[in-house]
Amino acid sequence: MTTDILKIADKTFKSRLFTGTGKFSSPQHMQEAIIASESELVTVALKRVDIENESDDMLLHLNHSKINLLPNTSGVRTAKEAVFAAELAREALQTNWVKLEIHPDPKYLLPDPIETLKAAEELVKLGFVVMPYIHADPVLCKRLEDVGTQCVMPLGAPIGSNKGIKTLEFLEIIIEQSNVPVIVDAGIGAPSHAAFAMELGADAVLVNTAIAVSQHPVDMAIAFKMAVEAGRMAYNAKLAPVKKHAEASSPLTSFLNDLN
Amino acid sequence: MSFKNTFETYDWATLENEIYKVTPKDVENVLRKDKIELEDFKKLISPAAKPYLEAMAQRSNAITKKRFGNTIQMYIPMYLSNECQNICTYCGFSMDNGIRRKTLSDIEILKEVQHIKNLGYDHILLVTGEANKTVGVSYLKHAIELIRSQFSNISIEVQPLDQKDYETLIESGLYAVLVYQETYHKATYKTHHPKGRKSNFDYRLDTPDRLGKAGIHKIGLGALFGLEDWRVDSFYTALHLKYLQKTYWKTKYSISFPRLRPHQGGLAPKVEMTDADLVQLICAYRLLDEDVELSLSTRESELFRNHAIHLGITSISAESKTNPGGYSVEPQSLEQFEISDERSTEEIRQMIQSQGYDVVWKDWSKDYITTH
Repeated sequence: MTTDILKIADKTFKSRLFTGTGKFSSPQHMQEAIIASESELVTVALKRVDIENESDDMLLHLNHSKINLLPNTSGVRTAKEAVFAAELAREALQTNWVKLEIHPDPKYLLPDPIETLKAAEELVKLGFVVMPYIHADPVLCKRLEDVGTQCVMPLGAPIGSNKGIKTLEFLEIIIEQSNVPVIVDAGIGAPSHAAFAMELGADAVLVNTAIAVSQHPVDMAIAFKMAVEAGRMAYNAKLAPVKKHAEASSPLTSFLNDLN
Repeated sequence: MSFKNTFETYDWATLENEIYKVTPKDVENVLRKDKIELEDFKKLISPAAKPYLEAMAQRSNAITKKRFGNTIQMYIPMYLSNECQNICTYCGFSMDNGIRRKTLSDIEILKEVQHIKNLGYDHILLVTGEANKTVGVSYLKHAIELIRSQFSNISIEVQPLDQKDYETLIESGLYAVLVYQETYHKATYKTHHPKGRKSNFDYRLDTPDRLGKAGIHKIGLGALFGLEDWRVDSFYTALHLKYLQKTYWKTKYSISFPRLRPHQGGLAPKVEMTDADLVQLICAYRLLDEDVELSLSTRESELFRNHAIHLGITSISAESKTNPGGYSVEPQSLEQFEISDERSTEEIRQMIQSQGYDVVWKDWSKDYITTH
């Protein structure tokens, strides 16, 4: 197999499974699951950690050589607040990477495209590696690419819903058109969903709830790791085309044979 | 337009009749549905739903885990004052109750805060009676600013205020406001609130609208169980919730479940709500709304709270004192009501963790509050 490394900005990733830190039953379980997943990029909500406290339980459990922290701005409602949060995270966590999440709707946590684009533009100018969480909107993805985001993170289904890839038609267009890595974020509830996203050509997936809320988070983390690897391998190996139409025995053109 | 317009299209007696005539078949039909609506909620809180409690609890547990994960948010109340110009028949702070009145000074507030911080809390709920001259907007603003640097998340449960006052407090760092209607039965409301500004039912009813317009992050709703039929009051609360969610879509909501507790000069509940009733109601809310926060205070017993965290509850308090200065300044002063679960914060933490949940102390950043 050829080496298949994902590159985002200045970092390379062997694992195409990104994970989150919410909803686990304890920091220990979170740590075990993340390590088992072999994920190298782990998002953490700035609002959940005490950045002034060196012995913050969550941060202590994420202190691992293979884990890159990806602070997210969950909780902010506007571009202005997001930029502020990102700057706070950069200073406190010593990383210029940020997962830009602006969902003013606290119920379905759906991203605000207008504020996200505004914040992304500003954050890129401020030197951030911006990973924006957005609707599966192909035009918005191109607009974000234009302002300099290093990837796009369209959703598969509402966050935490575990419903799978419900935005298929739009994800296919995004993957076809994108010049930056496409990471399917939100909605992935089962390893089969993750494998499917990878088969489509997504560059990576981000999974949190499905692992954290599972009865056996470590096993589920491994299952996702394997599914992401399988999906990627299948994508690289080129899937056999799906036959969408029956092949008739040339009733329309067989007369050509008679003409000879 | 405000909730009052919606509220007035409903009639208490009609609702009561509808809820009490629900059949087991109706309940079964609701439980087959994926999406539970307000009409379905009516069925789930009916007496006919009682035999389906386990099924409701299982479903509530699963939905709650999906949305909130294996976590329970912790918060603690801090009473700033027991001064009050209202007469409320059920409340220890009622103006006609001959207790010594106290409002905390800056030094006392900071002393209480020190005690609370040592317990580990990062989300605090400030509580007062209604004494607009001494504990008005400027006092509250000052108190929030005084403690802001020490808490990630500050809520208040105080008298209803005007929209501009809420805007002022939000700018000072206020995250959430809890304002319970007590009862949606207008006549009963009048009986229990005969005197003071609180006797204005309509002003209280439209308080969440004013909060929504002010751009608050979270609004807490509830009815005080014991004043009237809890089923009808809960239907109105759910109606209020759904109205607010549609109107102020950027705001988050929480529901609390206060049952009347004994206190000096106390009132016996008119309508009793049993433990099983409360379980039914908690589960019904969760089935109606996957995302609403459900909060349970130390009014409830140890046993009940130990189990409630599996039923849909997402946030709880511990070791609460319901008197101003109760933590360290003046532990012996008269409380608003007696709490039931008297375990320490540490004991509650252990109880939660032993049941496979992580305790969340911090889920907000004080830096996220800016003007909108």
